Amino acid sequence: MIQRIGVFAMLVFGGILFSIPFLWTVSTALKTNEQVFAVPPQWVPNPIQWENFKRAWTELPFPTFVLNTITITIVATFGQIVSASLVAYGFARFKFKGKNALFYLMLSTMMLPSQVTMIPVFLLWRQLGLIDTFVPLIAPAFFGGGAFTIFLLRQFFLTIPRELDEAAMIDGANPLTIWWKVLLPLARPALITTTLFSFVSHWDDFMGPLIYLNSMEKYTVSIGLRLFQDSYGTQLELLMAASLIHILPTIVLFFVAQRYFVKGIALTGLK
Amino acid sequence: MSERTSSRWGLALISPWLLGFLIFTAGPMLASLYLSFCKYDLHSLQFVGTKNYEVLLTRDPLFWKSLGNTALYVLFSVPLGLTGSLLIAVLLNQKVKGIPVFRTLFYLPSLVPAVASALVWQWVFHPDAGILNFALSKVGVHGPKWLQDPKTALMSLIIMSLWGIGGSRMLIFLAGLQGVSDELYEAAQLDGADGLTCFRHITLPMLSPTIFFNLILGIIGSFQVFTSAYIMTGGGPDNATLMYVLYLYNNAFRFFKLGKASAMAWILFIMLLGFTGIQFKNASKWVYYEGGEKE
Repeated sequence: MIQRIGVFAMLVFGGILFSIPFLWTVSTALKTNEQVFAVPPQWVPNPIQWENFKRAWTELPFPTFVLNTITITIVATFGQIVSASLVAYGFARFKFKGKNALFYLMLSTMMLPSQVTMIPVFLLWRQLGLIDTFVPLIAPAFFGGGAFTIFLLRQFFLTIPRELDEAAMIDGANPLTIWWKVLLPLARPALITTTLFSFVSHWDDFMGPLIYLNSMEKYTVSIGLRLFQDSYGTQLELLMAASLIHILPTIVLFFVAQRYFVKGIALTGLK
Repeated sequence: MSERTSSRWGLALISPWLLGFLIFTAGPMLASLYLSFCKYDLHSLQFVGTKNYEVLLTRDPLFWKSLGNTALYVLFSVPLGLTGSLLIAVLLNQKVKGIPVFRTLFYLPSLVPAVASALVWQWVFHPDAGILNFALSKVGVHGPKWLQDPKTALMSLIIMSLWGIGGSRMLIFLAGLQGVSDELYEAAQLDGADGLTCFRHITLPMLSPTIFFNLILGIIGSFQVFTSAYIMTGGGPDNATLMYVLYLYNNAFRFFKLGKASAMAWILFIMLLGFTGIQFKNASKWVYYEGGEKE
Protein backbone atom coordinates (compact mmCIF):
# COMPACT_ATOMS: atom_id res chain seq x y z
CA MET A 1 0.00 0.00 0.00
CA ILE A 2 2.74 2.43 1.01
CA GLN A 3 4.61 1.41 -2.12
CA ARG A 4 1.54 2.21 -4.22
CA ILE A 5 1.25 5.68 -2.76
CA GLY A 6 4.97 6.22 -3.33
CA VAL A 7 4.66 5.22 -6.98
CA PHE A 8 1.64 7.43 -7.43
CA ALA A 9 3.39 10.39 -5.83
CA MET A 10 6.40 9.96 -8.10
CA LEU A 11 4.14 9.74 -11.14
CA VAL A 12 2.32 12.93 -10.20
CA PHE A 13 5.56 14.77 -9.45
CA GLY A 14 7.20 13.63 -12.68
CA GLY A 15 4.07 14.29 -14.69
CA ILE A 16 3.89 17.87 -13.46
CA LEU A 17 7.62 18.42 -14.01
CA PHE A 18 7.37 17.14 -17.57
CA SER A 19 4.30 19.21 -18.35
CA ILE A 20 5.70 22.54 -17.17
CA PRO A 21 7.50 23.60 -20.38
CA PHE A 22 4.47 22.60 -22.38
CA LEU A 23 1.99 24.38 -20.12
CA TRP A 24 4.20 27.42 -20.16
CA THR A 25 4.13 27.42 -23.95
CA VAL A 26 0.34 27.38 -23.87
CA SER A 27 0.29 30.16 -21.30
CA THR A 28 2.77 32.30 -23.25
CA ALA A 29 0.87 31.79 -26.49
CA LEU A 30 -2.18 33.40 -24.89
CA LYS A 31 -0.50 36.45 -23.37
CA THR A 32 -0.06 40.02 -24.49
CA ASN A 33 3.48 41.04 -25.34
CA GLU A 34 3.86 43.01 -22.09
CA GLN A 35 2.76 40.04 -20.01
CA VAL A 36 5.24 37.73 -21.71
CA PHE A 37 8.17 39.51 -20.14
CA ALA A 38 6.53 40.18 -16.78
CA VAL A 39 8.75 39.40 -13.80
CA PRO A 40 7.76 37.31 -11.88
CA PRO A 41 6.24 35.17 -14.65
CA GLN A 42 2.47 34.97 -14.68
CA TRP A 43 0.87 31.62 -15.32
CA VAL A 44 -2.65 32.71 -16.16
CA PRO A 45 -2.84 35.20 -19.02
CA ASN A 46 -5.08 38.16 -18.41
CA PRO A 47 -6.80 38.97 -20.71
CA ILE A 48 -6.54 35.76 -22.76
CA GLN A 49 -5.27 36.68 -26.21
CA TRP A 50 -6.95 34.16 -28.51
CA GLU A 51 -6.14 36.38 -31.47
CA ASN A 52 -2.44 35.43 -31.11
CA PHE A 53 -3.30 32.23 -32.95
CA LYS A 54 -5.06 34.14 -35.68
CA ARG A 55 -2.11 36.50 -36.03
CA ALA A 56 0.43 33.67 -36.06
CA TRP A 57 -1.66 32.02 -38.74
CA THR A 58 -1.96 35.07 -40.96
CA GLU A 59 1.15 37.21 -40.52
CA LEU A 60 3.46 34.82 -42.36
CA PRO A 61 2.45 32.42 -45.14
CA PHE A 62 1.78 29.94 -42.36
CA PRO A 63 -1.09 28.11 -44.11
CA THR A 64 1.29 27.43 -47.01
CA PHE A 65 3.90 26.02 -44.61
CA VAL A 66 1.28 23.78 -43.03
CA LEU A 67 0.00 22.59 -46.39
CA ASN A 68 3.56 21.84 -47.57
CA THR A 69 4.30 19.90 -44.39
CA ILE A 70 1.05 17.93 -44.66
CA THR A 71 1.80 17.04 -48.29
CA ILE A 72 5.33 15.86 -47.57
CA THR A 73 4.39 14.03 -44.38
CA ILE A 74 1.41 12.17 -45.81
CA VAL A 75 3.04 11.08 -49.06
CA ALA A 76 6.32 10.10 -47.37
CA THR A 77 4.57 8.23 -44.55
CA PHE A 78 2.44 6.37 -47.08
CA GLY A 79 5.53 5.39 -49.08
CA GLN A 80 7.40 4.38 -45.97
CA ILE A 81 4.66 2.10 -44.61
CA VAL A 82 3.82 0.45 -47.93
CA SER A 83 7.40 -0.24 -48.95
CA ALA A 84 8.59 -1.17 -45.45
CA SER A 85 5.76 -3.65 -44.98
CA LEU A 86 6.50 -5.28 -48.34
CA VAL A 87 10.19 -5.61 -47.51
CA ALA A 88 9.38 -6.84 -44.00
CA TYR A 89 7.04 -9.43 -45.52
CA GLY A 90 9.82 -10.60 -47.83
CA PHE A 91 12.24 -10.98 -44.91
CA ALA A 92 9.69 -12.64 -42.64
CA ARG A 93 8.22 -15.26 -44.97
CA PHE A 94 10.42 -16.14 -47.93
CA LYS A 95 13.62 -18.09 -48.30
CA PHE A 96 16.21 -16.74 -50.66
CA LYS A 97 19.95 -16.83 -51.04
CA GLY A 98 21.81 -14.40 -48.81
CA LYS A 99 18.71 -13.51 -46.82
CA ASN A 100 20.42 -13.43 -43.44
CA ALA A 101 23.36 -11.47 -44.74
CA LEU A 102 21.05 -8.92 -46.35
CA PHE A 103 18.96 -8.70 -43.19
CA TYR A 104 22.00 -7.94 -41.05
CA LEU A 105 23.27 -5.51 -43.66
CA MET A 106 19.94 -3.72 -43.39
CA LEU A 107 20.06 -3.65 -39.58
CA SER A 108 23.60 -2.32 -39.65
CA THR A 109 22.46 0.70 -41.67
CA MET A 110 20.70 1.83 -38.48
CA MET A 111 24.17 2.53 -37.12
CA LEU A 112 25.27 4.57 -40.09
CA PRO A 113 25.12 8.29 -39.31
CA SER A 114 23.11 10.01 -42.03
CA GLN A 115 25.87 12.61 -42.42
CA VAL A 116 28.01 10.08 -44.29
CA THR A 117 25.51 9.88 -47.13
CA MET A 118 24.08 13.39 -46.82
CA ILE A 119 26.49 15.24 -49.12
CA PRO A 120 26.54 12.80 -52.08
CA VAL A 121 22.75 12.41 -51.87
CA PHE A 122 22.46 16.20 -51.96
CA LEU A 123 24.75 16.29 -55.01
CA LEU A 124 22.64 13.57 -56.65
CA TRP A 125 19.41 15.57 -56.26
CA ARG A 126 21.23 18.67 -57.41
CA GLN A 127 22.41 16.84 -60.51
CA LEU A 128 18.81 15.83 -61.19
CA GLY A 129 17.69 19.45 -60.84
CA LEU A 130 15.39 18.63 -57.94
CA ILE A 131 16.71 21.02 -55.31
CA ASP A 132 13.94 23.24 -53.94
CA THR A 133 11.30 20.58 -54.66
CA PHE A 134 9.66 18.10 -52.31
CA VAL A 135 11.08 15.12 -54.19
CA PRO A 136 14.30 14.69 -52.13
CA LEU A 137 12.20 14.78 -48.96
CA ILE A 138 9.65 12.24 -50.17
CA ALA A 139 11.22 9.83 -52.64
CA PRO A 140 13.64 8.00 -50.28
CA ALA A 141 10.68 6.89 -48.15
CA PHE A 142 9.44 4.72 -51.00
CA PHE A 143 12.66 2.68 -51.03
CA GLY A 144 12.11 0.42 -48.06
CA GLY A 145 11.21 3.10 -45.52
CA GLY A 146 14.18 2.72 -43.21
CA ALA A 147 15.71 -0.15 -41.28
CA PHE A 148 13.87 0.50 -38.03
CA THR A 149 10.43 0.38 -39.62
CA ILE A 150 11.27 -2.78 -41.58
CA PHE A 151 12.66 -4.40 -38.45
CA LEU A 152 9.58 -3.58 -36.33
CA LEU A 153 7.17 -4.86 -38.97
CA ARG A 154 9.20 -8.02 -39.64
CA GLN A 155 9.23 -8.85 -35.93
CA PHE A 156 5.47 -8.42 -35.89
CA PHE A 157 4.87 -10.53 -39.00
CA LEU A 158 6.90 -13.33 -37.36
CA THR A 159 4.31 -13.49 -34.58
CA ILE A 160 1.47 -14.12 -37.07
CA PRO A 161 0.95 -17.88 -37.55
CA ARG A 162 2.23 -19.12 -40.89
CA GLU A 163 -0.78 -21.43 -41.21
CA LEU A 164 -2.89 -18.40 -42.04
CA ASP A 165 -0.99 -17.48 -45.17
CA GLU A 166 -0.46 -21.11 -46.11
CA ALA A 167 -4.23 -21.64 -46.00
CA ALA A 168 -4.75 -18.59 -48.21
CA MET A 169 -2.10 -19.88 -50.60
CA ILE A 170 -3.90 -23.18 -50.94
CA ASP A 171 -6.99 -21.17 -51.84
CA GLY A 172 -4.97 -19.72 -54.69
CA ALA A 173 -3.96 -16.35 -53.27
CA ASN A 174 -0.67 -14.91 -54.46
CA PRO A 175 1.82 -13.34 -52.01
CA LEU A 176 0.62 -9.80 -52.72
CA THR A 177 -2.96 -10.76 -51.92
CA ILE A 178 -1.79 -12.45 -48.73
CA TRP A 179 0.18 -9.34 -47.76
CA TRP A 180 -2.85 -7.13 -48.31
CA LYS A 181 -5.66 -9.38 -47.05
CA VAL A 182 -4.02 -11.46 -44.31
CA LEU A 183 -0.91 -9.82 -42.89
CA LEU A 184 -1.74 -6.12 -43.02
CA PRO A 185 -5.12 -6.41 -41.25
CA LEU A 186 -3.59 -8.58 -38.54
CA ALA A 187 -0.63 -6.27 -38.13
CA ARG A 188 -2.77 -3.23 -37.40
CA PRO A 189 -1.20 -2.35 -34.01
CA ALA A 190 2.30 -2.52 -35.51
CA LEU A 191 1.21 -0.54 -38.56
CA ILE A 192 -0.30 2.18 -36.41
CA THR A 193 2.84 2.34 -34.29
CA THR A 194 5.15 2.62 -37.28
CA THR A 195 2.82 5.11 -38.96
CA LEU A 196 2.97 7.33 -35.90
CA PHE A 197 6.78 7.10 -35.75
CA SER A 198 7.01 7.83 -39.46
CA PHE A 199 4.52 10.69 -39.31
CA VAL A 200 6.34 12.34 -36.42
CA SER A 201 9.75 11.96 -38.05
CA HIS A 202 8.60 13.61 -41.29
CA TRP A 203 6.50 16.26 -39.57
CA ASP A 204 9.46 17.01 -37.34
CA ASP A 205 12.22 16.82 -39.94
CA PHE A 206 14.42 19.89 -39.82
CA MET A 207 17.72 19.16 -41.50
CA GLY A 208 16.09 17.76 -44.66
CA PRO A 209 13.99 20.85 -45.47
CA LEU A 210 16.86 23.06 -44.31
CA ILE A 211 19.15 21.55 -46.91
CA TYR A 212 16.72 21.08 -49.79
CA LEU A 213 14.22 23.94 -49.66
CA ASN A 214 15.24 27.46 -50.64
CA SER A 215 12.17 29.46 -51.53
CA MET A 216 9.72 30.55 -48.91
CA GLU A 217 6.62 29.21 -50.63
CA LYS A 218 8.15 25.72 -50.41
CA TYR A 219 9.02 25.92 -46.70
CA THR A 220 7.72 23.44 -44.15
CA VAL A 221 6.52 24.51 -40.71
CA SER A 222 9.80 23.59 -39.00
CA ILE A 223 11.73 25.90 -41.34
CA GLY A 224 8.96 28.48 -41.24
CA LEU A 225 9.16 28.65 -37.47
CA ARG A 226 12.77 29.71 -37.83
CA LEU A 227 11.56 32.60 -39.93
CA PHE A 228 9.25 33.54 -37.08
CA GLN A 229 12.19 33.42 -34.72
CA ASP A 230 14.17 35.83 -36.87
CA SER A 231 11.47 38.34 -37.66
CA TYR A 232 9.44 38.05 -34.46
CA GLY A 233 12.21 37.46 -31.98
CA THR A 234 10.59 39.74 -29.48
CA GLN A 235 7.03 38.63 -30.21
CA LEU A 236 7.38 35.43 -28.28
CA GLU A 237 3.64 35.03 -27.85
CA LEU A 238 3.29 34.65 -31.63
CA LEU A 239 6.25 32.29 -31.80
CA MET A 240 4.72 30.12 -29.09
CA ALA A 241 1.30 30.19 -30.75
CA ALA A 242 2.91 29.08 -34.01
CA SER A 243 4.83 26.35 -32.15
CA LEU A 244 1.56 25.06 -30.71
CA ILE A 245 0.06 24.88 -34.18
CA HIS A 246 3.14 22.85 -35.14
CA ILE A 247 2.72 20.53 -32.14
CA LEU A 248 -1.02 19.97 -32.47
CA PRO A 249 -1.27 17.34 -35.26
CA THR A 250 1.19 14.93 -33.65
CA ILE A 251 -0.61 15.19 -30.32
CA VAL A 252 -4.01 14.58 -31.89
CA LEU A 253 -2.60 11.58 -33.73
CA PHE A 254 -1.07 10.22 -30.54
CA PHE A 255 -4.37 10.47 -28.68
CA VAL A 256 -6.20 8.69 -31.46
CA ALA A 257 -3.58 5.96 -31.82
CA GLN A 258 -2.66 5.59 -28.16
CA ARG A 259 -4.50 2.39 -27.32
CA TYR A 260 -2.77 0.54 -30.15
CA PHE A 261 0.51 2.11 -29.45
CA VAL A 262 2.16 0.37 -26.51
CA LYS A 263 0.49 -2.84 -27.64
CA GLY A 264 2.06 -2.48 -31.06
CA ILE A 265 5.51 -2.17 -29.59
CA ALA A 266 4.99 -4.76 -26.87
CA LEU A 267 3.91 -7.40 -29.35
CA THR A 268 6.79 -6.91 -31.71
CA GLY A 269 9.03 -8.13 -28.90
CA LEU A 270 12.02 -5.90 -29.49
CA LYS A 271 14.78 -8.19 -28.39
CA MET B 1 5.21 -22.79 -53.59
CA SER B 2 8.43 -24.13 -55.04
CA GLU B 3 11.72 -23.04 -53.60
CA ARG B 4 12.49 -21.15 -56.76
CA THR B 5 9.22 -19.22 -56.77
CA SER B 6 9.66 -18.46 -53.08
CA SER B 7 13.14 -17.15 -53.70
CA ARG B 8 11.92 -14.96 -56.56
CA TRP B 9 9.09 -13.50 -54.49
CA GLY B 10 11.40 -12.87 -51.58
CA LEU B 11 13.89 -10.96 -53.69
CA ALA B 12 11.12 -9.05 -55.47
CA LEU B 13 9.58 -8.01 -52.14
CA ILE B 14 12.83 -6.77 -50.64
CA SER B 15 13.89 -5.09 -53.90
CA PRO B 16 12.66 -1.59 -52.91
CA TRP B 17 15.02 -1.70 -49.94
CA LEU B 18 17.84 -3.23 -51.97
CA LEU B 19 17.48 -0.53 -54.62
CA GLY B 20 17.26 2.20 -51.98
CA PHE B 21 20.32 0.78 -50.27
CA LEU B 22 22.33 0.98 -53.47
CA ILE B 23 21.11 4.47 -54.46
CA PHE B 24 20.92 6.19 -51.09
CA THR B 25 23.41 4.31 -48.93
CA ALA B 26 26.09 2.23 -50.66
CA GLY B 27 26.66 4.53 -53.63
CA PRO B 28 26.74 7.72 -51.55
CA MET B 29 29.07 6.04 -49.04
CA LEU B 30 31.61 5.37 -51.77
CA ALA B 31 31.13 8.84 -53.19
CA SER B 32 31.53 10.41 -49.79
CA LEU B 33 34.68 8.40 -49.13
CA TYR B 34 36.10 9.63 -52.42
CA LEU B 35 34.99 13.21 -51.74
CA SER B 36 36.73 13.10 -48.38
CA PHE B 37 40.01 12.91 -50.28
CA CYS B 38 39.10 15.85 -52.51
CA LYS B 39 38.74 19.57 -52.40
CA TYR B 40 35.25 20.33 -53.70
CA ASP B 41 33.27 23.57 -53.55
CA LEU B 42 30.42 22.60 -55.94
CA HIS B 43 32.42 23.97 -58.86
CA SER B 44 35.90 22.50 -58.98
CA LEU B 45 36.85 19.03 -57.88
CA GLN B 46 40.46 18.32 -57.02
CA PHE B 47 42.00 15.21 -55.51
CA VAL B 48 44.11 16.17 -52.50
CA GLY B 49 44.79 12.83 -50.83
CA THR B 50 44.62 12.75 -47.05
CA LYS B 51 44.89 16.52 -46.68
CA ASN B 52 41.36 17.04 -45.33
CA TYR B 53 42.01 14.49 -42.60
CA GLU B 54 45.39 16.01 -41.78
CA VAL B 55 43.97 19.52 -41.57
CA LEU B 56 41.08 18.37 -39.38
CA LEU B 57 43.19 16.33 -37.00
CA THR B 58 46.18 18.62 -36.70
CA ARG B 59 45.29 22.17 -37.65
CA ASP B 60 41.62 22.74 -36.97
CA PRO B 61 40.93 23.74 -33.37
CA LEU B 62 37.18 23.94 -34.09
CA PHE B 63 37.16 20.28 -35.09
CA TRP B 64 38.52 19.31 -31.68
CA LYS B 65 36.29 21.82 -29.93
CA SER B 66 33.18 20.42 -31.59
CA LEU B 67 34.30 16.86 -30.92
CA GLY B 68 34.95 17.67 -27.26
CA ASN B 69 31.57 19.38 -26.88
CA THR B 70 29.83 16.44 -28.46
CA ALA B 71 31.73 13.92 -26.34
CA LEU B 72 30.69 15.79 -23.19
CA TYR B 73 27.11 15.91 -24.41
CA VAL B 74 27.10 12.17 -25.11
CA LEU B 75 28.85 11.39 -21.83
CA PHE B 76 26.09 13.05 -19.82
CA SER B 77 22.94 12.80 -21.90
CA VAL B 78 23.25 9.08 -22.76
CA PRO B 79 23.62 7.59 -19.23
CA LEU B 80 21.20 10.10 -17.71
CA GLY B 81 18.70 9.55 -20.50
CA LEU B 82 19.01 5.78 -20.34
CA THR B 83 18.58 5.58 -16.56
CA GLY B 84 15.81 8.15 -16.62
CA SER B 85 13.81 6.45 -19.33
CA LEU B 86 14.22 3.06 -17.64
CA LEU B 87 13.01 4.44 -14.30
CA ILE B 88 10.01 6.07 -15.93
CA ALA B 89 9.21 2.85 -17.79
CA VAL B 90 9.32 0.92 -14.50
CA LEU B 91 7.03 3.54 -12.92
CA LEU B 92 4.62 3.45 -15.84
CA ASN B 93 4.57 -0.33 -15.75
CA GLN B 94 3.02 -0.34 -12.25
CA LYS B 95 -0.63 -1.16 -11.92
CA VAL B 96 -1.80 2.24 -10.70
CA LYS B 97 -4.99 4.09 -11.51
CA GLY B 98 -4.79 6.59 -14.33
CA ILE B 99 -1.72 5.02 -15.97
CA PRO B 100 -2.81 6.00 -19.53
CA VAL B 101 -2.92 9.66 -18.45
CA PHE B 102 0.59 9.44 -16.99
CA ARG B 103 1.91 7.64 -20.05
CA THR B 104 0.60 10.48 -22.17
CA LEU B 105 2.07 13.13 -19.86
CA PHE B 106 5.53 11.60 -20.06
CA TYR B 107 5.32 10.86 -23.76
CA LEU B 108 4.02 14.27 -24.75
CA PRO B 109 7.37 16.15 -24.68
CA SER B 110 8.92 13.79 -27.20
CA LEU B 111 6.05 14.47 -29.59
CA VAL B 112 6.90 18.15 -29.56
CA PRO B 113 8.78 18.79 -32.79
CA ALA B 114 12.47 19.49 -32.28
CA VAL B 115 12.19 23.02 -33.62
CA ALA B 116 9.25 23.93 -31.42
CA SER B 117 10.87 22.44 -28.34
CA ALA B 118 14.12 24.29 -29.08
CA LEU B 119 12.18 27.55 -29.23
CA VAL B 120 10.27 26.71 -26.05
CA TRP B 121 13.42 25.85 -24.16
CA GLN B 122 15.21 28.92 -25.36
CA TRP B 123 12.42 30.69 -23.55
CA VAL B 124 12.56 28.46 -20.46
CA PHE B 125 16.29 29.29 -20.14
CA HIS B 126 15.74 33.05 -20.53
CA PRO B 127 17.88 34.57 -17.73
CA ASP B 128 15.33 37.18 -16.62
CA ALA B 129 11.88 36.16 -17.78
CA GLY B 130 12.41 32.37 -17.98
CA ILE B 131 10.65 30.00 -15.58
CA LEU B 132 13.78 28.06 -14.75
CA ASN B 133 15.50 30.99 -13.07
CA PHE B 134 12.19 32.03 -11.55
CA ALA B 135 11.89 28.57 -9.95
CA LEU B 136 15.51 28.79 -8.76
CA SER B 137 14.90 32.22 -7.25
CA LYS B 138 12.06 30.69 -5.24
CA VAL B 139 14.58 28.47 -3.47
CA GLY B 140 17.02 31.33 -3.02
CA VAL B 141 19.37 30.57 -5.90
CA HIS B 142 20.45 33.23 -8.33
CA GLY B 143 20.25 31.39 -11.66
CA PRO B 144 22.98 31.48 -14.31
CA LYS B 145 22.59 32.92 -17.79
CA TRP B 146 22.23 29.39 -19.20
CA LEU B 147 22.47 29.52 -23.00
CA GLN B 148 24.18 32.91 -22.99
CA ASP B 149 27.12 31.84 -20.84
CA PRO B 150 29.83 29.61 -22.34
CA LYS B 151 30.14 27.86 -18.96
CA THR B 152 26.52 26.72 -18.82
CA ALA B 153 25.38 26.61 -22.46
CA LEU B 154 26.30 22.99 -23.11
CA MET B 155 24.81 21.94 -19.78
CA SER B 156 21.58 23.67 -20.83
CA LEU B 157 21.38 21.54 -23.97
CA ILE B 158 21.94 18.39 -21.88
CA ILE B 159 19.19 19.39 -19.45
CA MET B 160 16.88 20.02 -22.36
CA SER B 161 17.65 16.63 -23.90
CA LEU B 162 16.38 15.00 -20.70
CA TRP B 163 12.95 16.43 -21.34
CA GLY B 164 12.49 13.76 -23.98
CA ILE B 165 13.31 10.74 -21.80
CA GLY B 166 9.65 9.72 -21.78
CA GLY B 167 9.80 9.14 -25.54
CA SER B 168 10.38 6.16 -27.77
CA ARG B 169 13.28 4.89 -25.66
CA MET B 170 10.93 4.69 -22.69
CA LEU B 171 8.27 2.97 -24.82
CA ILE B 172 10.78 0.36 -25.92
CA PHE B 173 11.67 -0.26 -22.26
CA LEU B 174 7.98 -0.48 -21.41
CA ALA B 175 7.49 -3.06 -24.12
CA GLY B 176 10.49 -4.98 -22.79
CA LEU B 177 9.11 -4.87 -19.24
CA GLN B 178 5.79 -6.24 -20.39
CA GLY B 179 7.65 -9.14 -21.92
CA VAL B 180 9.06 -10.23 -18.54
CA SER B 181 6.81 -13.00 -17.27
CA ASP B 182 5.01 -12.46 -13.95
CA GLU B 183 5.87 -16.01 -12.93
CA LEU B 184 9.49 -15.01 -12.39
CA TYR B 185 8.48 -12.27 -9.96
CA GLU B 186 6.00 -14.53 -8.19
CA ALA B 187 8.60 -17.24 -7.74
CA ALA B 188 11.08 -14.69 -6.39
CA GLN B 189 8.53 -13.28 -4.00
CA LEU B 190 7.84 -16.76 -2.67
CA ASP B 191 11.54 -16.96 -1.92
CA GLY B 192 11.20 -13.72 0.00
CA ALA B 193 12.84 -11.31 -2.44
CA ASP B 194 11.89 -7.63 -2.09
CA GLY B 195 11.25 -5.13 -4.86
CA LEU B 196 14.84 -3.98 -5.21
CA THR B 197 16.20 -7.53 -5.32
CA CYS B 198 13.66 -8.43 -7.98
CA PHE B 199 14.69 -5.40 -10.00
CA ARG B 200 18.37 -6.29 -9.79
CA HIS B 201 18.10 -10.02 -10.35
CA ILE B 202 15.09 -10.33 -12.64
CA THR B 203 14.19 -7.04 -14.34
CA LEU B 204 17.70 -5.89 -15.24
CA PRO B 205 18.93 -9.20 -16.70
CA MET B 206 15.69 -9.84 -18.58
CA LEU B 207 15.77 -6.30 -19.89
CA SER B 208 19.46 -6.30 -20.81
CA PRO B 209 18.93 -6.84 -24.57
CA THR B 210 16.59 -3.84 -24.57
CA ILE B 211 19.06 -1.78 -22.55
CA PHE B 212 21.75 -2.73 -25.04
CA PHE B 213 19.57 -1.74 -28.01
CA ASN B 214 18.73 1.61 -26.42
CA LEU B 215 22.35 2.22 -25.43
CA ILE B 216 23.66 1.71 -28.95
CA LEU B 217 20.97 3.81 -30.60
CA GLY B 218 21.29 6.41 -27.82
CA ILE B 219 25.01 6.89 -28.41
CA ILE B 220 24.55 7.10 -32.16
CA GLY B 221 21.65 9.54 -31.82
CA SER B 222 23.40 11.78 -29.30
CA PHE B 223 26.52 12.04 -31.42
CA GLN B 224 24.31 13.47 -34.13
CA VAL B 225 22.65 16.19 -32.06
CA PHE B 226 22.05 19.16 -34.35
CA THR B 227 18.68 20.90 -34.29
CA SER B 228 18.76 22.20 -30.73
CA ALA B 229 22.25 23.67 -31.11
CA TYR B 230 21.51 25.09 -34.56
CA ILE B 231 18.36 26.87 -33.39
CA MET B 232 19.06 27.80 -29.79
CA THR B 233 22.66 28.92 -29.88
CA GLY B 234 23.95 28.57 -33.42
CA GLY B 235 26.97 26.94 -31.78
CA GLY B 236 27.79 29.85 -29.50
CA PRO B 237 28.52 31.50 -27.20
CA ASP B 238 32.24 31.27 -27.90
CA ASN B 239 31.69 27.92 -29.69
CA ALA B 240 30.62 26.35 -26.39
CA THR B 241 27.78 24.49 -28.10
CA LEU B 242 29.41 23.92 -31.46
CA MET B 243 28.42 20.29 -31.92
CA TYR B 244 30.19 17.93 -34.30
CA VAL B 245 27.33 17.65 -36.79
CA LEU B 246 26.66 21.39 -36.62
CA TYR B 247 30.28 22.06 -37.59
CA LEU B 248 29.98 19.42 -40.31
CA TYR B 249 26.82 21.10 -41.60
CA ASN B 250 28.50 24.51 -41.56
CA ASN B 251 31.46 23.18 -43.51
CA ALA B 252 29.21 21.55 -46.09
CA PHE B 253 26.38 24.00 -46.61
CA ARG B 254 27.68 27.34 -45.37
CA PHE B 255 31.35 27.30 -46.33
CA PHE B 256 30.84 24.78 -49.18
CA LYS B 257 33.88 22.79 -48.12
CA LEU B 258 32.24 19.55 -49.17
CA GLY B 259 35.44 17.50 -49.12
CA LYS B 260 36.30 18.55 -45.59
CA ALA B 261 32.72 17.90 -44.46
CA SER B 262 32.85 14.43 -46.02
CA ALA B 263 36.06 13.70 -44.15
CA MET B 264 34.29 14.78 -40.95
CA ALA B 265 31.41 12.42 -41.73
CA TRP B 266 33.83 9.54 -42.18
CA ILE B 267 35.67 10.31 -38.96
CA LEU B 268 32.30 10.29 -37.18
CA PHE B 269 31.38 7.01 -38.81
CA ILE B 270 34.65 5.35 -37.84
CA MET B 271 34.31 6.60 -34.26
CA LEU B 272 30.75 5.26 -34.02
CA LEU B 273 31.81 1.93 -35.51
CA GLY B 274 34.53 1.75 -32.89
CA PHE B 275 32.15 2.55 -30.07
CA THR B 276 29.55 0.11 -31.31
CA GLY B 277 32.18 -2.57 -31.76
CA ILE B 278 33.39 -2.12 -28.18
CA GLN B 279 29.80 -2.26 -26.93
CA PHE B 280 29.12 -5.48 -28.82
CA LYS B 281 32.30 -6.99 -27.44
CA ASN B 282 31.32 -6.09 -23.89
CA ALA B 283 27.73 -7.15 -24.46
CA SER B 284 28.36 -10.86 -23.87
CA LYS B 285 29.35 -9.97 -20.30
CA TRP B 286 26.09 -8.35 -19.33
CA VAL B 287 23.43 -8.91 -21.98
CA TYR B 288 21.31 -11.93 -21.23
CA TYR B 289 19.44 -13.64 -24.04
CA GLU B 290 16.61 -15.98 -23.17
CA GLY B 291 17.44 -19.50 -24.31
CA GLY B 292 21.04 -18.40 -24.77
CA GLU B 293 20.56 -17.53 -28.41
CA LYS B 294 21.90 -14.32 -29.83
CA GLU B 295 19.04 -13.74 -32.23
